[in-house]
Amino acid sequence: MYIIIQSVITGILLGGLYAVIGVGMSLVFGIMRLTNIAHGDLMILASYFTMLFAMEIVGNVFLALLITIVLMLILSFLIQTFLVNRVIDKGPEPSLLVMFGVSIIIRNALILIFGANNRTIPNPLSTTNILNSPNISISGGYLVNFIVGVAVVLVLMFIIQKTYFGMSIRATASNRMGAELLGVNTKRIFAYTLCLAVATASIAGLLIGQTFVFYPSTGPQYLITAFGVVVIGGMGSLGGTLVGGILLGLVQLLSAHFFGTGWQTIAGYVFMLVILTIRPQGIFAKARR
Amino acid sequence: MAILSVSGLAISFGSNHVLKSVNFELNETEVLGVIGPNGAGKTVMLNILTGLLKPTAGSIVYMGADITGKSLYDRGRMGFGRTFQIPRPFEKLTAYENVMVGGIFGDGLSEKAAGSKASEILELIGLYPKAGVFAGKLGLLDRKRLEIGVALASNPKILLFDEVAGGLTESEVVEILNIVLKLKADGVSFIWIEHVLKTMLEGTDRVMCLAQGRDVVCGLPAEVLASKEVSEVYLGADEDE
Ligand SMILES: Nc1ncnc2c1ncn2[C@@H]1O[C@H](COP(=O)(O)OP(=O)(O)O)[C@@H](O)[C@H]1O
Ligand SMILES: [Mg+2]
Repeated sequence: MYIIIQSVITGILLGGLYAVIGVGMSLVFGIMRLTNIAHGDLMILASYFTMLFAMEIVGNVFLALLITIVLMLILSFLIQTFLVNRVIDKGPEPSLLVMFGVSIIIRNALILIFGANNRTIPNPLSTTNILNSPNISISGGYLVNFIVGVAVVLVLMFIIQKTYFGMSIRATASNRMGAELLGVNTKRIFAYTLCLAVATASIAGLLIGQTFVFYPSTGPQYLITAFGVVVIGGMGSLGGTLVGGILLGLVQLLSAHFFGTGWQTIAGYVFMLVILTIRPQGIFAKARR
Repeated sequence: MAILSVSGLAISFGSNHVLKSVNFELNETEVLGVIGPNGAGKTVMLNILTGLLKPTAGSIVYMGADITGKSLYDRGRMGFGRTFQIPRPFEKLTAYENVMVGGIFGDGLSEKAAGSKASEILELIGLYPKAGVFAGKLGLLDRKRLEIGVALASNPKILLFDEVAGGLTESEVVEILNIVLKLKADGVSFIWIEHVLKTMLEGTDRVMCLAQGRDVVCGLPAEVLASKEVSEVYLGADEDE
């Protein structure tokens, strides 16, 4: 009995991390209709940056994250402005291919610079248990991941739903030509959108780096996690990523409990396929247009 | 004085020569009605005027400057506003936010100024009680009104209407006519595509008939509607069907 409760708690906590892994991908899809194949690699790039700054240069994780976010914002602005925006009017496929190229470049650059070894970002909390009774334990690292993940999603929702900046982003997503004629620079809005998404991915990159080991080719693994979250929660629905993340976490941990840890990953994706079959728009998505 | 002059405007989609040569002038604070059979290219002409489509030939001069090559964005900034035949307000924004986008981006207002202007406009178009409703949830008349409101907020000098009266009842059309008259008094010029001939008679200063890719006839509404050219065009269209 306690073991099930333990699985549920860990599943939910893991779900908060999954939500922040997926939310940037959901945003980019919701606003630009672009499936950002480089999402996972951008996240791992941020893990490397944060590791480098934290361990070699500034010695402080928060400052390292801040510098990483600034660098990642510049990089994503450049990617959108000089690569994706050049082809975005030619339909969805060219942008997809551009992001595929970005993904390959990041992965190979990481191998060249950092080598193929496993890395991790030291985390004092990862070995601390917040709750440590004989039956149930709650890992401090997982709890922090959950809180930060939920907070990032909520802040992003606030920016999109409640600010004038978010209003221009939603207008662009609703009717790009109409917004353009009103004087909204929609390609610039797309660049800001990718920046927002990559900022969330950078935070996810730190959390992943502190929780698991990573290496240059880990990106696609998290791309698939993000995909699962977004498909379950609903493509483009930001609040849905919270639900999608937590459901994915629960399904993984419970299937590990009932069928053995080997089933964890498979069960997550079987669940994703089931959702795709019975509710293709995802649990949270309203019927679009 | 002409605010807009269009000459030799032509566009082809492959072998479909939709517009061959369209010529007209629009005077300041004038309402120019455009009629023509279905598929004559009226919407295409509006799309060219707003920069959504590039013409294969011809020129568009706006307030003395050739704007034929200008983008949608530039034209919006220069004072072009439009509505779409199938209204396309920003569905994920409330009615109020829709109008705000027009004010902040189209007219460069501060958020505060855009807010009070948005309230004024919502009042004018009769949507004030529905300010907080998402545009995607509004009915057809409200969507059409909202599109006019959004265009208004951007402080346009020239408004292009694509069949705003289509699908509305007579009293609803009268409401829109009243808005047009008020804006005209404020100095706005209009190009107004419409099928409802009665609206054309009551709401426009001149009417142009577009057919076979050309401006077949243009003049006072009553004269144009009674002209031999227009009856030929519409008789011809009837025979096709
Ligand atoms: N983007 C486009 N590509 C190809 N053909 C088009 C396009 N837009 C309009 N057309 C064609 O142009 C013609 C005129 O259409 P339209 O301007 O919508 O007529 P209407 O006068 O009824 O508004 C039609 O034959 C239509 O098929
Ligand atoms: Mg039309």
